[in-house]
Amino acid sequence: MTAFRFLVNGEPVEVDVPGMRRLLDVLREDLGLTGTKEGCGEGECGACTVILDGQVVDACLVPICQVDGGFVRTVEGLAHGPGEARRLDELQAAFLETGGAQCGICTPGMLMAARAYLDAGGGPDEGAIREAIAGNLCRCTGYTKIVEAIELAAGGGR
Amino acid sequence: MTTRTQPRRPAAPGPATGPPDALVLPPDTIAPGRANGRAPLRREGPAKLTGEAKYADDIVVPGAWYGATIRSTEPRARLRGLDLDDDFDWSRVVLVTAADIPGDNIVSLISDDQPVLVPVGGEIRHHAEPLALVAAPDRATLRAAKRAIAPRTEKLEPVFDPEASDHVFAQYAIDAGDPDAAFAEADLVVEGTYRVGHQEQLYIENQAMIAVPTDDGGVTVTGSLQCPYYVHKAMTRALRLTDRQARVVQAETGGGFGGKEEYPSIVALHAALLARRCGRPVRMVYDRHEDIVATTKRHPAIVRHRTGVRRDGTLVAQDIDVVMDGGAYCTLTPVVLSRGALHAGGPYRCPNVRIRARAARTNTPPNGAFRGFGAPQVEFAAETHLNRIAAELGLSPLDIRRRNVFRVGDVTPTGQVLRESVAGEEVLERAVEAAEFERERERTARGRAGHNGAGLVTGGPRAAGPAGAAAGIGLALGWHGAGGEPDPLATGPIRRATGIGLALGWHGAGFTGSGEVRLASVASLELAADGAIRVLTASTEMGQGTKTVFPQLVAAELGVPYEAVEIAAQDTAFVPDSGPTVASRTTMVVGGLLIKAARRLRAGVEARNPGRTFAEAYRADAAANGATRIDEQFEPYPGEPFDDTTYRGDAYPAFGWAACVARVAVDLDTGEVSVTDVVAADDVGRVVHPVLAEGQVEGGTLQAVGYATIEEMKVADGRYVNDRLATYLIPTALDAPRITSILVEAPFSGSPHGAKGLGELPMDVGAPAVVAAIHDATGAWITDLPATPERILVALGATAGPATAPPAEPAA
Amino acid sequence: MPVEPPIELPRTLAEAYALLAAEPLTPIAGGTDLMVQITGELGPPPDRMLDLSRLDELRGVALDGGTLVLGARTTFAEIRRSALIREHLPALVEAAATIGAAQIQNRATIGGNAVNASPAGDSLPILLAADAALVAGGAGGERDIAATEFWTAYRTTALAPGELLLRIRIPVVTGREVRFRKVGTRRAQAISKVVMALAWHDGGPAARWTNVRLALGSVADRPIRATATEAVLENAAPVAETADRAAATLAAEIHPIDDVRSTADYRRVVAARVLHRLIRDAGGW
Repeated sequence: MTAFRFLVNGEPVEVDVPGMRRLLDVLREDLGLTGTKEGCGEGECGACTVILDGQVVDACLVPICQVDGGFVRTVEGLAHGPGEARRLDELQAAFLETGGAQCGICTPGMLMAARAYLDAGGGPDEGAIREAIAGNLCRCTGYTKIVEAIELAAGGGR
Repeated sequence: MTTRTQPRRPAAPGPATGPPDALVLPPDTIAPGRANGRAPLRREGPAKLTGEAKYADDIVVPGAWYGATIRSTEPRARLRGLDLDDDFDWSRVVLVTAADIPGDNIVSLISDDQPVLVPVGGEIRHHAEPLALVAAPDRATLRAAKRAIAPRTEKLEPVFDPEASDHVFAQYAIDAGDPDAAFAEADLVVEGTYRVGHQEQLYIENQAMIAVPTDDGGVTVTGSLQCPYYVHKAMTRALRLTDRQARVVQAETGGGFGGKEEYPSIVALHAALLARRCGRPVRMVYDRHEDIVATTKRHPAIVRHRTGVRRDGTLVAQDIDVVMDGGAYCTLTPVVLSRGALHAGGPYRCPNVRIRARAARTNTPPNGAFRGFGAPQVEFAAETHLNRIAAELGLSPLDIRRRNVFRVGDVTPTGQVLRESVAGEEVLERAVEAAEFERERERTARGRAGHNGAGLVTGGPRAAGPAGAAAGIGLALGWHGAGGEPDPLATGPIRRATGIGLALGWHGAGFTGSGEVRLASVASLELAADGAIRVLTASTEMGQGTKTVFPQLVAAELGVPYEAVEIAAQDTAFVPDSGPTVASRTTMVVGGLLIKAARRLRAGVEARNPGRTFAEAYRADAAANGATRIDEQFEPYPGEPFDDTTYRGDAYPAFGWAACVARVAVDLDTGEVSVTDVVAADDVGRVVHPVLAEGQVEGGTLQAVGYATIEEMKVADGRYVNDRLATYLIPTALDAPRITSILVEAPFSGSPHGAKGLGELPMDVGAPAVVAAIHDATGAWITDLPATPERILVALGATAGPATAPPAEPAA
Repeated sequence: MPVEPPIELPRTLAEAYALLAAEPLTPIAGGTDLMVQITGELGPPPDRMLDLSRLDELRGVALDGGTLVLGARTTFAEIRRSALIREHLPALVEAAATIGAAQIQNRATIGGNAVNASPAGDSLPILLAADAALVAGGAGGERDIAATEFWTAYRTTALAPGELLLRIRIPVVTGREVRFRKVGTRRAQAISKVVMALAWHDGGPAARWTNVRLALGSVADRPIRATATEAVLENAAPVAETADRAAATLAAEIHPIDDVRSTADYRRVVAARVLHRLIRDAGGW
């Protein structure tokens, strides 16, 4: 066991776990951040998507030894403000308005993929948005309102 | 992109009903519960967006052990024993076998044929059948224990072909008129055989349950599920618990689609048995591989049509044979088959009908509920068959449907008079208009004519057949090589062909026949002494927005703001049995009960406070008089009773209607299909929440597109071969078409809000529309789903293998 | 639940070599293949592992004289963004875009693709068609292994025990054309049914092709060169007769199998048709 130190949503954390422990398990079990979900464990569904050092990754495929010194962003870090005063960020608000979440299990991963897309300057371009979320499976929505939400958050009209 | 409709008045005047429906509003009306004409944002939305919503595996239970299932690796065998490796320290874990089941070793559902665990000496009937359970304090120990258990078995001969099986779970016969006489008179008789395979529900959250033993000798299970009372009933039976001792709590559920209708009972029983055995909580969370391998799927089916028509396309006789593969145990098969049989002819007027449907047992994992529940299978066949008939007759697929679609006053094959709420024509016209169907169809036909010199089929009726057949269909992909001969390895100047296809469907709302009466569902409203208004139902939220729609309906009825109505958790300790969250019945049936309950609540408060509205009086009234609880139990809808033995009468109180137009682009080199656009028009009676309703249409449509194209489940030796997400494929955002949803309202007067079913309707029409579009693009009829590139190339004669689309033979 | 094999975390290549010399270790780069394997369900999980993520010697894309040099740890996202690769080997950028989706491309490496040695590895036909050399390193030094020698059997490479794949060297030749085509199961997150790279030296309009290379994946137990078909294309002009003969030769030359994703027949016919289309497109007829 080795200690690994990294930032999660801006907060420094330290975990003493085997190096091959999945980032997904570290987040969910060691850090209690259950917002990131496991849908398949094989990097196909994207439900475990987080942003690692500015890039979207499947947390089920990242060993924690490779996160050492890194910066992880999860869904828990999207909303603004502490405690009772928490507000949805504009991407989350767009999902709420358009109906981009139904059962919600793909939503955290989907939000992180969308967040990374927008942070990289992605605009209200349907094709580019679909490519950005191509690694996030949704079974409920047909993707229509997810794309609408991301377009809305990217400054597109409705 | 979505198109919203405004609520419409019904086209035909319906029978007089009770007080004006609170939701029949002109578009510009501002009304409580529908502020400014917009439906409220989802109540349960924010928690899902912040990651705070707790699904079963998110719930931390200190001291819980991990449970796992030991499963059969054979499709059929006699279980002789369970050998335990001596090198493993069995005191570290807890083992449960059939011998440890306190009650009946039966998963309670319809037929008592499925054991919770196969007993020693008993028969293993499918691959992955549960044999034993093990729980351990940590996952490494659990993994080691699983490897240290070896079932000892004697192979038995499995049966995989439902047509060869000698065990029939159910069969039905529907007869109307005199088909034989009508066939003799028909201008043309067309036959066709259609096959559909398994489809996995593929909810993104795997099955999961946490069982906690309680001090009263009972067990509380919390987990991912659609039907708390199905689980409850299964627990009381197998664990010999009282109604109070068995407690079922729904956790946030990440999708169900029917896959969590009955299967969670098994997971719950397994977790509960382990929890009672080790005296501590047990978590049973499947990984994706186990979930695919072991849980229920859509029933495969073989549907044979023989249809007599007049030259003008009028249907005069239908003879339909449906065979479904139920898998190893009965589960819900009789009900799936029933719905399949009742929808098999499609939404068309035909006076002479013979439908025979049977479901047989095979040694594969049991099949179960999946959105549509028998209708997508038979409606794929019916619609594809009708499209082929149209092609044979040289009629457009639109005109043949206009000619035959049910209208108000028509009679179904069970003798049901469609008295009201019939919108087949309307959804058809709305869909084709929005999709510019006829114009597009002309365009694709012109495109084909332009390919003429290069060998692609032109004009005329298109039939399938091997390469070089007279109709030229084989040339569609076998372009002329430089030497002039058709060469399947050569490409043509055109790489991509586009096509457009149409399908029309219907879906009976609610449970079939007397099902709703037998369920006797209850929904309750509580006005607490502190003035809280609370909805109490067992109907679960799994993405469709139950927790938004119910408060919306109640608030509108009571005249209070939407925010004033709460909804209790789905916990069998507190909520009545509102029936299962299935069959597209939640808004229609349970929502209807809540409206009635709200009317009674309102009437009571207003009677006690004359001159004041409920909104003005209720808080003070509750403070003064204490809590009020209204329990509303289901009462039969108007209509003729349904006879389950003769299959005559009103099969459903009302039908929903759906039309779908799909556009595809087919890569002529590889047979790859891209579904580019879909227009889906769905009549749901009454749209309560437009965004949520569109969401159901869009989601159901994409599941149907997947069913038609890439969701293939291969089975070898009774075992699912596509057993991980890398191999069982559902559409990604790049595969998904643009979906335009058109919501149509033909209200049903029998429900207080006019609503009919919604969730399953879009699933019935997507696949045949895609297959029709593939035909329009390539000339090939794909009669076996999914229409994979491999099947398309075979159908077009580019590769060897049986042509999957034998010509639609004129048989008369 | 996956197992968590012990893992060494070397900070330098020398440290890595020393660890590898002492005992067999499974190296892990981006982990997109290996992390699926550690569940143990697809076969025995690795016993002990070696993390490559701290070895900067394995990173970087550079042009070294007339050779494109890609560090083994270059991710497919980096390949897509690399101005050098976009200029000198755009087919590799095209291939990178077909791999998985963003989450996979950000982690999966070209070295991992090569060493994992899946017959369906999407970048591997390009390495074969582009005459790449894979540079292996160990305690005993470095050596070049030609791509044609690198994949020796099903999921087996020519790396010796104690060796790591360090970088891949691809000659950049003026006038060299490389085309790529993948036929997958869906438009993202798709393992290929057929994947092809075709390279030739273009002498100008209506000129004959020379130095033809045709490589395929998913049609054998490893990525292959279709040498009989190359012979048909060598010194031939990209006209219809050539395309027909090449397609027929390819269909006879390859022996794909039926598997969960597709059929032997489909793969054979589609490989031929894809080749035919590539020649047609290049010839403009």
